[in-house]
Amino acid sequence: MNTNTEAQVVLRLQGITKCFGPVTANEDVSFDLHRGEVIALLGENGAGKTTLMNILFGQYTADAGAVELFGQPLPSGAPRAALDAGVGMVHQHFTLADNLTVWENIVLGVDHLSALSLKPRLVKARIRTLSEQFHLKVDPDAKVGRLTVGERQRVEILKALYRDAKILILDEPTAVLTPQEAEALFATLREAIATGLSVIFISHKLHEVMAISHRVLVLRHGKLVAERATDATNREELAALMVGSEVTAPSIETRAPGPALLKLSKVSTPDHGAAPGLKLLDLTLAAGQITGLAGVSGNGQAALSNLLSGLISPTTGEMELAGSPVKTWSARSAIAKGIARIPEDRHKTGTIADFDLTENAILETYASRFSRRGWMDWARARAFTKELIQTYDVRCPGPDIRIRLLSGGNMQKLILGRVLEEAPQIILANQPVRGLDIGAVNYVHGELAKARDRGAAVLLISEDLDEIMQLSDVIHVISEGRLSPGFARGSMKPSELGAWMAGHGFDAEAPDAA
Amino acid sequence: MRLEPIATPTTARRIVPPMLAIAATFLVAAILAMIAGGNPFAVFGLILTGAFGSKFALLETLNSATPLIFTGLAIAVAFRAKLWNIGAEAQLYAGAVLTVILGTGALGLPIYLMLPLCALAAMLAGATLLLGPALLKTRLGVDEVVTTMLFNFIFLLFVSFLLEGPLKDPMGMGWPKSSRLIPEARLPRIVEGLRLHWGFALALISALLVWVINTRTTLGYEMRAVGQNAEAAGFAGIPVTRVILKTALLSGGLAGLAGFSEVSGLKGALTLDLSPGFGYTGIVVAMLALLHPLGVVVAALFVAAIFVGADSMSRAVGVPSYIADIMLASALLFMVLAILLTKFRVRRD
Amino acid sequence: MDLFDILLSASFWAAAIRIASPLIFATLGELICERAGVLNLGIEGIMVSGAFAGWIAVWGGLPLWGGVAVAMITGMMLGLVHSILSVPFGLSQHVVGIGLTLLATSLTFYTYRVVLPEVSSPPKITAFQPYEIPLLSDLPLVGPALFSQTPLTYAGFLLAALTALVLYRTPLGLAVRAAGENPSAVAAQGLSVTAIRMGAVTVGSGFMAVGGAFLTLSAFDSFFFDMVNGRGWICIALVVFGAWKPGKAVLGAILFAAFDALQIRLQQTGIGAVVPYQVFLMMPYFLSILALVVMSRRAEIPAALMVPFNKGER
Repeated sequence: MNTNTEAQVVLRLQGITKCFGPVTANEDVSFDLHRGEVIALLGENGAGKTTLMNILFGQYTADAGAVELFGQPLPSGAPRAALDAGVGMVHQHFTLADNLTVWENIVLGVDHLSALSLKPRLVKARIRTLSEQFHLKVDPDAKVGRLTVGERQRVEILKALYRDAKILILDEPTAVLTPQEAEALFATLREAIATGLSVIFISHKLHEVMAISHRVLVLRHGKLVAERATDATNREELAALMVGSEVTAPSIETRAPGPALLKLSKVSTPDHGAAPGLKLLDLTLAAGQITGLAGVSGNGQAALSNLLSGLISPTTGEMELAGSPVKTWSARSAIAKGIARIPEDRHKTGTIADFDLTENAILETYASRFSRRGWMDWARARAFTKELIQTYDVRCPGPDIRIRLLSGGNMQKLILGRVLEEAPQIILANQPVRGLDIGAVNYVHGELAKARDRGAAVLLISEDLDEIMQLSDVIHVISEGRLSPGFARGSMKPSELGAWMAGHGFDAEAPDAA
Repeated sequence: MRLEPIATPTTARRIVPPMLAIAATFLVAAILAMIAGGNPFAVFGLILTGAFGSKFALLETLNSATPLIFTGLAIAVAFRAKLWNIGAEAQLYAGAVLTVILGTGALGLPIYLMLPLCALAAMLAGATLLLGPALLKTRLGVDEVVTTMLFNFIFLLFVSFLLEGPLKDPMGMGWPKSSRLIPEARLPRIVEGLRLHWGFALALISALLVWVINTRTTLGYEMRAVGQNAEAAGFAGIPVTRVILKTALLSGGLAGLAGFSEVSGLKGALTLDLSPGFGYTGIVVAMLALLHPLGVVVAALFVAAIFVGADSMSRAVGVPSYIADIMLASALLFMVLAILLTKFRVRRD
Repeated sequence: MDLFDILLSASFWAAAIRIASPLIFATLGELICERAGVLNLGIEGIMVSGAFAGWIAVWGGLPLWGGVAVAMITGMMLGLVHSILSVPFGLSQHVVGIGLTLLATSLTFYTYRVVLPEVSSPPKITAFQPYEIPLLSDLPLVGPALFSQTPLTYAGFLLAALTALVLYRTPLGLAVRAAGENPSAVAAQGLSVTAIRMGAVTVGSGFMAVGGAFLTLSAFDSFFFDMVNGRGWICIALVVFGAWKPGKAVLGAILFAAFDALQIRLQQTGIGAVVPYQVFLMMPYFLSILALVVMSRRAEIPAALMVPFNKGER
């Protein structure tokens, strides 16, 4: 379908500006969305995409500018107005209640709160009709907590369709999907567009943007910097527009593997709620290699990460560190054995928000390096922190400020410094660049490559297949707690990895085929 | 409405809300005093003179502050590690019971051995009592607010049983009251002739020690880390469970000392009205002190002054002394709100 | 009289239902708060003030149901205070709850002294009388136990049914449950988490106060300072025991009350002569702790309980 100017304008943003104190999140953003059109909103983290959508949804009030829906001005700061006018949004972090059923989640907020009954039978019948029409298969009576990530996303989309959404906003929808699931999502979207739905597709994945959209809007530092018809542009141009300048990612060559530093044989861990544990997993981390772990989130990455972090112990199986079997296992012994851990969530797990930089920098080594007979040596701790700040280029006023005041990138640099200062032999990097801007991403990737080059074994866990394929010497895929064999760099196409991510191939292969 | 964190609060931002909280507390009290038919200014004046107006009043205030410093410290230590110990009341009685068991003649030790022994035993008793709920929390995830609170009721019934049974004073004419401590088990007065005992000094020293523990020791660092973010602390290899248990021992021990100090320094025997709720008032003391151990001393003096002053005020005019409890409870609520407002800005958005 | 006789006597079960009634009201109140994501530790103080407010209103000339209404409104006002501090401001629910219990209790005692300055024993009122439901009350055992109670007890059971109905069958109840599970899900549908949670805490607190008022208007006919005596904390345990479900919570309250009634009767038997009475009085508290321990592993705790929601936050 082509964008023709005669098609009805369903959404018009005009001069939207929003500041948070000194920070300008959106500056004079204007665009139109037409009936049956897919716009891709492209931009880095922090470019202002989410703020813009929050304004549309009345969560924030714009400082200036106006929104028009179907020709009618949208009142600002009224969360229901956009919903009632037929805008649906699928958030990046799903807004579903795990303990409620699918139909309860879908019908939440549809009827007025003074209504006397939920009419479950009618609701479920309608959900079944919709899921058939758009190929969104899901059981209305299932508890959401038991669904896979892909199924949950279908629930989110059904939620919007149930409310007769005319405009669907998808925020990074493929981040949690296998390439095959993403294809299925695109098929559903194409069908919906044919019925007149309009879509805003927020992403930073260029190939998807190219595949699904009619028009691309590029947002940088809160400003709309470019608008291109998808037919008339290419990935290279979009990448340059998004970042604002040519950025060179660190080039990483394959190295020959060194000796095995960590070996897991037939390791299992218990399931944790909906998150699967590890199932008879075999994994070897070799010195001088980056091992990438690809997979859809929630397939056992957390279990593996917790295991290597020392937070959980294997229920069965063997774990060997540098050739000797591990007996007692805890976070402290993991640190003592030279495992550097970069946690998935730097705000909740990696740092203590109201502690200052010094207190955060010594969090893992306070007992061994900065205290004597129960007394803290704060002078040494501060000196150490100052050094870290210098070496790892942490931009901050000094070691005495609370870490919550730092940007994500600087916070990650401090964590990186904290663990790399010890010259670790094994590095566990769980989603190390999530939410960082491209400068910080390159810095973190560069440090990981440096550590590899000096002989460390790196395990990189990421949901971003591009990141995995760019950095890893060996790639494993994890699915429902099972691990694929290791694939050498360049030996697999994304679609082939995608098949493994979707769980294919595990039964044919013996789990220890690597 | 939305709360927006303030990166660097100005001096005014840090001072004005707490001041308003105190003002609001007095406003509430003034209105209530008027409802009861009192002139608020006269009422506050009487509270002030009742607390500080004479040497006797001042000493009474210091004596009343003593157990509150102990329980305030006990709660400040626990709350800082997010261990919600509401059971300081029971732990106080546990300390008192042990003091009475050891100090009523069962042991014939000289005073310089007797007092430390009683104090130590009291700490141990208080600590043990909190260990149970702390273990239930760490092992089974049972909320300690409810268990420690329920333990208060259980332990008071236990004390009642003791005072009507094994610990009953044979000369007590049927009253539920223990025998009196032997002189060797009594904390002497700081200055002969003045009604202020060494328990007060012990409380001040305890506050200082807790402050040193918090700021200078590894345990203090660990307790703060666990309290602020147990997940991150555990990830970094801090033994969270052990730290919580150590915190429980310290907290319960401090509350136990309150019982020792009250029996040994002030009352000389155990009765069921040894504590008029020092364990609960300690919560207010700790919160008003923002959980700072030295602040606890100041807050305890303030709280004690209001209690002592209100008591003497209510004898003079018809305003019930419960006004003191109301002032403290509302001060607590206003203060937590005020502290929030020093760190966050309220936005209409 | 041995254990078997006690358990088969109608008067025992009648007492159990009577003892359960205030717990049912307050447990339902707490359950509603917690289902919306707010732990309300103000419950003990709210029950105290409800007991007093209902009683003093009746003593002042209002009809008994007027007293119930006054208690309810008192509780709602206190709940509003709790919810303002704990919901939009997101203050620690532990601290706010404890503070509110201290405030409500001391305000009650203060008011009592202001209203009745000189009395040594509090005046009595004419409390709710048992109402025998025709036909049903003639049934053996069940009749006198279940259908010869005061109207306020019947109201408690009706309230339980109503609460279950609203929670599970209406959009409002769904919104309340969702607010306690994942507030972002509620906000994403354009509903106000703040309003839902504040409403739940306010209404729930009203029920707690009625639970308190049951003591002065139905179980007894006067107000004493210690009469609530930890029942609020017990109700918090009962919510956990009932796995946050109204039906199970009511059953838990009755079970608990049966034990309480049993210990009172056992005190008068041969066992009571040997075992000190304090041991019997401790039983309810031990039972509550036991309930918490037993249920700690499998209870389906609302996922967002005690998690404040700030919509600007991501």
